[in-house]
Amino acid sequence: MVESKKRVGLFVTCLVDLIRPSVGFAAAKLIEDAGFMVEVPRQTCCGQPAFNSGDRATARALAEQVIAAFEGFDYVVAPSGSCGGQLKIHYPELFRDDPDWLARADAFAAKTYELVSFLVDVAGVTHVDATFEGTATYHDACSGLRELGVRVQPRRLLGTVQGLTMKEMADSEVCCGFGGTFATKYPDISATIVAKKAANVVATGADMVIAGDLGCLMNMAGKLSRDGKTIEVRHVAEVLAGMSDLPAIGAPPRERTP
Amino acid sequence: MSAVVTSPAFKANAKAALADTELQKALALVEVNFIVRRRAAADQLPEFEALRDEARDIKDHALAHLDLYLEEYEKRVVAHGGHVHFAVDAEEARRIVLDVCRRLGAKTVTKGKTMIGEEIGINSFLEANGVVPIETDLGEYLIQLRGELPSHIIAPAVHLTKAQVAADFRRCHADLPRDRDLTEPTTLAAEARTVLRQKFLAADVGITGANFLIAETGSSVIVTNEGNGDLTQTLPKAHIVLASIDKVVPTLEDLSQLLRVLARSATGQEASVYTTVSTGPRRADDPDGPNEYHVVILDNGRSNMLGGQFRDILRCIRCGACMNHCPVYSAVGGHAYGWVYPGPMGAVMTPALVGIDKTGHLPNASTFCGRCEEVCPVRIPLPKMLRHWREREFERRLSPATVRAGLRFWAFFARHPRLYGLATLVFARSLAWFGRRRGRFRFLPFARGWTRHRDFPAPMGSTFQAQWRSRRRSS
Amino acid sequence: MSGRDTVMASIRRGLGVSGREAPRRQAVESRIAGHPSGLRPARGQLPPKERLELFVTMVERSAATVARVGALDDVPAAVAEFLRRHNLPMRAQRGADASLAAMPWAAETTLAIDAGPPDPASLAAVSRAMAGITETGTLVLASGPDNPTSLNFLPDNHVVVVTAADVAGDFDAVWARLREKYGESLPRAVNLVTGPSRTADIEQTLVIGAHGPRRLHVVVVGEAE
Repeated sequence: MVESKKRVGLFVTCLVDLIRPSVGFAAAKLIEDAGFMVEVPRQTCCGQPAFNSGDRATARALAEQVIAAFEGFDYVVAPSGSCGGQLKIHYPELFRDDPDWLARADAFAAKTYELVSFLVDVAGVTHVDATFEGTATYHDACSGLRELGVRVQPRRLLGTVQGLTMKEMADSEVCCGFGGTFATKYPDISATIVAKKAANVVATGADMVIAGDLGCLMNMAGKLSRDGKTIEVRHVAEVLAGMSDLPAIGAPPRERTP
Repeated sequence: MSAVVTSPAFKANAKAALADTELQKALALVEVNFIVRRRAAADQLPEFEALRDEARDIKDHALAHLDLYLEEYEKRVVAHGGHVHFAVDAEEARRIVLDVCRRLGAKTVTKGKTMIGEEIGINSFLEANGVVPIETDLGEYLIQLRGELPSHIIAPAVHLTKAQVAADFRRCHADLPRDRDLTEPTTLAAEARTVLRQKFLAADVGITGANFLIAETGSSVIVTNEGNGDLTQTLPKAHIVLASIDKVVPTLEDLSQLLRVLARSATGQEASVYTTVSTGPRRADDPDGPNEYHVVILDNGRSNMLGGQFRDILRCIRCGACMNHCPVYSAVGGHAYGWVYPGPMGAVMTPALVGIDKTGHLPNASTFCGRCEEVCPVRIPLPKMLRHWREREFERRLSPATVRAGLRFWAFFARHPRLYGLATLVFARSLAWFGRRRGRFRFLPFARGWTRHRDFPAPMGSTFQAQWRSRRRSS
Repeated sequence: MSGRDTVMASIRRGLGVSGREAPRRQAVESRIAGHPSGLRPARGQLPPKERLELFVTMVERSAATVARVGALDDVPAAVAEFLRRHNLPMRAQRGADASLAAMPWAAETTLAIDAGPPDPASLAAVSRAMAGITETGTLVLASGPDNPTSLNFLPDNHVVVVTAADVAGDFDAVWARLREKYGESLPRAVNLVTGPSRTADIEQTLVIGAHGPRRLHVVVVGEAE
């Protein structure tokens, strides 16, 4: 039976790898629960920092590395719309002038998905086995929303989390101000943008804000905690996988243990 | 003498803008008003998305045949008794305008809104040459009183509050009674109307921009709400149209499609109040209209963009939707961009027209959120073009040395997965150890900018890959 | 080289063309000669009766006011009524338009109608639109002695007469009428007017009456056939 399962290569993303491994485990659990076999080939970064910094050569070298490591899988899944967009939308752009690699990049892109859209659109998942007592609001991270069309899928699955009430914030589709290297190159502007986002989150009165990209989550979590807000910040994978008992992003490790 | 470029000081400009409470108040209104109205207008027209595709295709077609459409256009303007002047650069364009003014002995010139006028710095040039230019679009008039550049391409004074406007009127309008009520936009607009009405009637030459030039008919088209552009071009002896090469479209039917997306994208109106199709000077039996009709068609570097990666930006119809929806524009306003065109379209245009060496910040100051492309009526891939500018900068080694060094350092590890695994493991573990009590950092020496405004969440401990492999090994 | 030649040469260099390519020339010529319409919004393609109703709705939505009258002869009364309603001087200006001239202005004893070139002091003008555009509630005014352009912009109050038969569905239908009426040569100005003048340049607060008319009153004559 195990043999017949489709193999999913989990592209965990460098931020999750480094900062928040629980997102990776949550993603693996969700994919496995949906009936797939998960593998994690050795990986570094999708190359987006280089791509967005104008360093096409490095971006391309990393794209080749990722494609080579993952093209043997039936699917490639990333718990991030931003990295997912890089793999699915921008990789083929990098090989416009190289027919051989373009074919490989296109084939790779065709089987690559952002996690939640993979669960809903490909795996046909309709509900999850998870509980969270409280209210949450969902932030639409930009790349997932606009490059990959991730909007209804997370809301649909979050709607099946027991005890969880979803409440929309104003401007949920507006950027949080992270923007990868933008946040470090223009920290003051980034901070102004995230302040608006944080205000919209706070205005909902929700206990938790959820999104599908760790970069945005760290940005929002950092702003909310600096302002003394106690709203929890979590990745959608963690909530859907029933891992909400872990400390929230940026929260002290032992706060929630009784 | 073109508009001064302060783009190199983008960071300082932005910092000042963020600290300017009046500006922040004004910018908050942009976000609410324009965005909501555009959405409502788009929702009311079921064909809106399809019309955007057609608008894009029309501009693409026009650009692909630009030389020929310009020839057709020119031919028909001349047939109607008008004059077409091609200008290679700003200097040539200014000289053409001044020559017309001089020949007619013009003392004052009224002006409708023209971004090309801003681009070539026509006002200061005319002034230096003894011709008084008077802006008549209310927003342009307000910034002329202040000696500023527009901060938005369709709402030039969007950065001002009514209190600032009232103060400017009291300063500049000599005959203004002290007790005149100037507390509300209505009374302020009425005051401007009264003052400018006299200027319209006295002007010798009227200068307007052009939203479109129509090859089929030899017409220039302006789209306005106030009526100032029409008074500007109807009452004086001569009408000078300032346009650029990318404004020409084939036919009136093509104009239909562009009008259908323009106003809705710009202000959320079904149609702007006045769309005026002007063809040549006054006819023999016309009781009004200018005796001379001149069209200045400016290149100023645009033709160089036709063959490269930035051609698509020439589709731009100047609706302003990209800036209205831009989180960076909404934070810092238009002046921070440091030249005539702000926001995402400006961040693509400005490097092309004044050089990437001076404007490197503009394409970098974007989160790539993609909202600009999402709303662009002619579907310009703005983020992609911003990225292309970053590539140019990188190729020409214009990006900061620290950024390049950091990128090289990171890329080395990223290209060596085993080494990367080790390095990140050490990094994650030590950072986690330091942050183990609070779960976040209030200060990180290598992320000062970040931690100045927000905390940095601490890593949980070991990296995901290290944990995954040890778990798989033990299972 | 003249500026023109330099610009043209640079454009052709950018496009990688000589300008003599027959297929390109053909494409441009046939586009201009054929002036094909693109997608035309459904709201502009209604049957006459619904079209007229929508036109009136759209005009009102543009912050203009509408009066419906049965015949051209009823226009002077509608103009007088408009002026009275707004406490305006009973005086208006018009161009040489024959249909306006033929109206029974004398029957409105309190109303003075002046024909002739526009006077900057006029407070009200009456124009005849060559067409209406249903899709946006727009009036189409062609310049010339019949309806001088400055009447559309100088007076504070503008009354525009449009007959039901002249109300077209959309922009494209109006372009067809322009070609039919004027051939190759458009009038000096074709003004498409949608509502009274306005500005939102101060704090984006809408103010009606910027530089052009504060009031736009549309008199729709007759019924749809």
